[in-house]
Amino acid sequence: MNPDLVKMIFGRLNLDALPLHEPILVGTFAVVATGGLALFALVTYFRLWGYLWREWFTTVDHKRIGIMYMILGIVMLLRGFADALMMRLQQAIAFNGSDGYLPAHHYDQVFTAHGVIMIFFVAMPLVTGLMNYVVPLQIGARDVSFPFLNNFSFWMTVGGAVLVMMSLFVGEFARTGWLAYPPLSNIGYSPDVGVDYYIWGLQVAGVGTTLSGINLVCTIVKLRAPGMTMMKMPVFTWTSLCTNVLIVASFPVLTAVLALLSLDRYVGTNFFTNDFGGNPMMYVNLIWIWGHPEVYILVLPAFGIFSEVTATFSGKRLFGYTSMVYATVVITILSYLVWLHHFFTMGSGASVNSFFGITTMIISIPTGAKMFNWLFTMYRGRIRFELPMMWTVAFMLTFVIGGMTGVLLAVPPADFVLHNSLFLIAHFHNVIIGGVLFGLFAGINYWFPKAFGFRLDPFWGKLSFWFWVSGFYFAFMPLYVLGLMGVTRRLRVFDDPSLQIWFVIAAFGAFLILLGIGAMLMQFAVSILRREQLKDTTGDPWNARTLEWATSSPPPDYNFAFTPVVYDNDAWWDMKRRGYKRPLTGFRPIHMPSNTGTGIILAGFATVMGFALIWYIWWLAAVSFVALLAVAIGHTFNYHRDFHIPADAVVRAEDARTRVLAAGAQT
Amino acid sequence: MKLLALLPFAALLGGCDFVVLAPAGDVAIQQRDLVVISTILMLIIVLPVMALTVFFAWRYRQSNTAAPYEPDWDHSTQLELVIWSAPLLIIICLGALTWMGTHLLDPYRSLGRIAADKPIESKDAPLNVEVVALDWKWLFIYPDYGVAAVNELAAPVDRPIRFRITASSVMNSFYIPALAGQIYAMPGMETKLHAVSNKAGTYRGFSANYSGAGFSGMHFDFKSLSATGFDKWVANAKASTNMLGRTDYLQLERPSQNDPVRLYGTVDRDLYKAILNMCVEPGKMCMSEMMAIDAKGGLGREGLNNTLPLTYDKYARRGAPLGTEPTFVAGICSMDEIKDAPSRDVLAPLDLTPLRGVGLKRPPFSPAHPSSTSLLLGQRPKSES
Repeated sequence: MNPDLVKMIFGRLNLDALPLHEPILVGTFAVVATGGLALFALVTYFRLWGYLWREWFTTVDHKRIGIMYMILGIVMLLRGFADALMMRLQQAIAFNGSDGYLPAHHYDQVFTAHGVIMIFFVAMPLVTGLMNYVVPLQIGARDVSFPFLNNFSFWMTVGGAVLVMMSLFVGEFARTGWLAYPPLSNIGYSPDVGVDYYIWGLQVAGVGTTLSGINLVCTIVKLRAPGMTMMKMPVFTWTSLCTNVLIVASFPVLTAVLALLSLDRYVGTNFFTNDFGGNPMMYVNLIWIWGHPEVYILVLPAFGIFSEVTATFSGKRLFGYTSMVYATVVITILSYLVWLHHFFTMGSGASVNSFFGITTMIISIPTGAKMFNWLFTMYRGRIRFELPMMWTVAFMLTFVIGGMTGVLLAVPPADFVLHNSLFLIAHFHNVIIGGVLFGLFAGINYWFPKAFGFRLDPFWGKLSFWFWVSGFYFAFMPLYVLGLMGVTRRLRVFDDPSLQIWFVIAAFGAFLILLGIGAMLMQFAVSILRREQLKDTTGDPWNARTLEWATSSPPPDYNFAFTPVVYDNDAWWDMKRRGYKRPLTGFRPIHMPSNTGTGIILAGFATVMGFALIWYIWWLAAVSFVALLAVAIGHTFNYHRDFHIPADAVVRAEDARTRVLAAGAQT
Repeated sequence: MKLLALLPFAALLGGCDFVVLAPAGDVAIQQRDLVVISTILMLIIVLPVMALTVFFAWRYRQSNTAAPYEPDWDHSTQLELVIWSAPLLIIICLGALTWMGTHLLDPYRSLGRIAADKPIESKDAPLNVEVVALDWKWLFIYPDYGVAAVNELAAPVDRPIRFRITASSVMNSFYIPALAGQIYAMPGMETKLHAVSNKAGTYRGFSANYSGAGFSGMHFDFKSLSATGFDKWVANAKASTNMLGRTDYLQLERPSQNDPVRLYGTVDRDLYKAILNMCVEPGKMCMSEMMAIDAKGGLGREGLNNTLPLTYDKYARRGAPLGTEPTFVAGICSMDEIKDAPSRDVLAPLDLTPLRGVGLKRPPFSPAHPSSTSLLLGQRPKSES
């Protein structure tokens, strides 16, 4: 066939893009394909496609979208963790002249993909998922402000994840490190599709994240139950508000900087090139103006979770609610004044460096105050060491170490000797695993009974907890040590044999974490099998304090039959204390948004367009862009956007709950 | 149990080379001191928090019904004061330390001392080294001696070294942990580092910023030699028949991995300047020239004609799929006419007496309007000098 025609149809996509010569990838593909086919066959066999499409893919219910976000995050965790294991293994064996088992071409993709996936497609979906599920319930709302947008946001995040996963089997991923600094990520030094996968994966997912941020800010500001003033909001809602404000303010910066990078790569502009007036330092600044707030986007909701968990399981009001709120707000503001600490070594003057070093240290003051607040919440409490509380205590002990090394790195002269070393790697895993991930696990164990009506199995949960916590210490304490020996990050081979033992210990730690993840998956499986024994009929299994526990588990589609009225920041605790009686009569039809398939269709076209741009298939990019616009405009003519749940359906649901509660009270 | 598990680690720690904690150069030693002091300062607050966490978790466990339980206690102004001010105080100390340390250890600042007990003397003229990060090796040019080396750096003990650092293609970070902290090496830009080695020996230097496929092999030996040893090293380099001219450099610049040590007896005098200004390729306009022209208002529209198609490029092609054909701007001046940019070194004071405050003389002071001098301090005492 005419090569020009082939090029016009397929762009630069050809058979060489399939990594048939890489046995690891072929093996992975075989496993993924088998698993995927099995899943496809099962769903088809049980005739679930219609159910999935109607009840899940097109849903606008914040609860179901939240659950889908969590599933996405956990699936991607497996991929990101597989990358981590590969790196640990490579670094543990590449000594004494051995080249390890990964060539540079593959290894460099692995560490890039690990960072990108863990931040954008594990931590972000898990955090967004929890916020999506919990926030509307906590503020006594029926749904988020823009339910359709919520569905669209989710599918855009999936679209980004699909693009990143696709790079595993079609073409390759970026070999630049997770922030893709130019000039290395410019077309001159990375001419392949890797960086394009990176750009479009993040751009597609970024749209979703930004819209979901707007949605949740709006929800929290506008949809609170009567009586819930700002200073009566639960702390998790507060931290969610701050996180989403950060998302709205910082993700556009990421979008812009990636857009500039793609202009450099696609049309030959010179924003970040070495000459023609371009300057890569601009990119480094811009990406960290997004990147630093991103850290707080992840950790603030975790702080919120710990606040809820500590108060609930200590059986006490949260100590220092007001200072907790102000600490959160101060962190939100300060997170914009510290970005330069990621590159003290780029040659800024001493005054600039010390300014950013000191602002960074100042953040540790409100963070420290939070830590004390949790401590004094435990003080004179009655602490029940259920799983969420165990994760919280593990967090408090682990996070202070990470915080301390963080402040250490904020001292510019100290950063000069520790920057980019494994000490830095240990530090940020210390805060992201010890802070964000432990928080998410606490949150998952805490809110799981709310979402599914039964608790998670404590035996496998505790097993997972101990494997994770000990695995974390085994995996990352050696990296602190290696950093002090001056070992830098992203190395593929080593020639100093005395270092090997530390990498072997770290690899052992990663193996323990693998067991932790395995135990967690077992925990889910066992809990589903034992759901009758673990059943929660009360809707409030932990004797908790906030509104989400006032409704049934799982909550009905409409969350609350009557919008609750709030008098206290521990609204549900206050209702229980005042002898709240569930209303049994007087139900009325409830106005609800209708499901729509537009979100998944739009995200599908966006993903196709990303793929087309990555491979220079211009006609497909144009077609999918036009289709995107057409569907979006078409959706504005969709007048079937809402419906009413009839009053008798509400009565049926509420009567069923009354019976369940009565049965529970008798036993 | 946990302590027991830590024992083998303690044994391990003994046999390791903690170069960051036990460096060989005065700058790195001061940076190490800052690391240690800040850690101790923070432990003042971190250790009690960890201890309290464990203690509260144990004491207020559900089964311990003997412990007091106050479900509604949620505020204490005194406690709030303490929990905000204790970290604040630590941060104030640390902030002061940071401000001073950052200025004193600014890598752009020339050295004020050779070692803690050895002030700098005027005879200690710094050794100039021009560093270029290449894909994936290091080039060191000694302009004072007219020699150069790939993947080997030598310097005499106790003599200040002034590094001028750039890169040919992508970002790297120049780091010798035993000598001093790192600084990025960036194409078309120059960063500086001042350091001194106080102990003879061979130390490891490397790139601390990922720069592509050959990154792992991008390391070199830093040889800290006695004065005579260094002279011998230079003589040895001089004896090398290798030449490093512009065309040799363009050959050297091409990507290669795990390069052996190579010495050059002759080096093009202007090579570093050309690398920094990205005009090693013949006929290309130097950045300094371009900036000088732009500073005078630029060439206007006519400047667009002053471009030539790009034939040489570093490794891949430069053109973007939808962009125009890649070009470069042709030079107008010759290399000799292009002047160095003025040095922006931050000079450390050689005479430290005023900093120490010993016998510090007050400046003469006579206010023009005695009534308006200072509202806060009142009239300052007249100078005695």
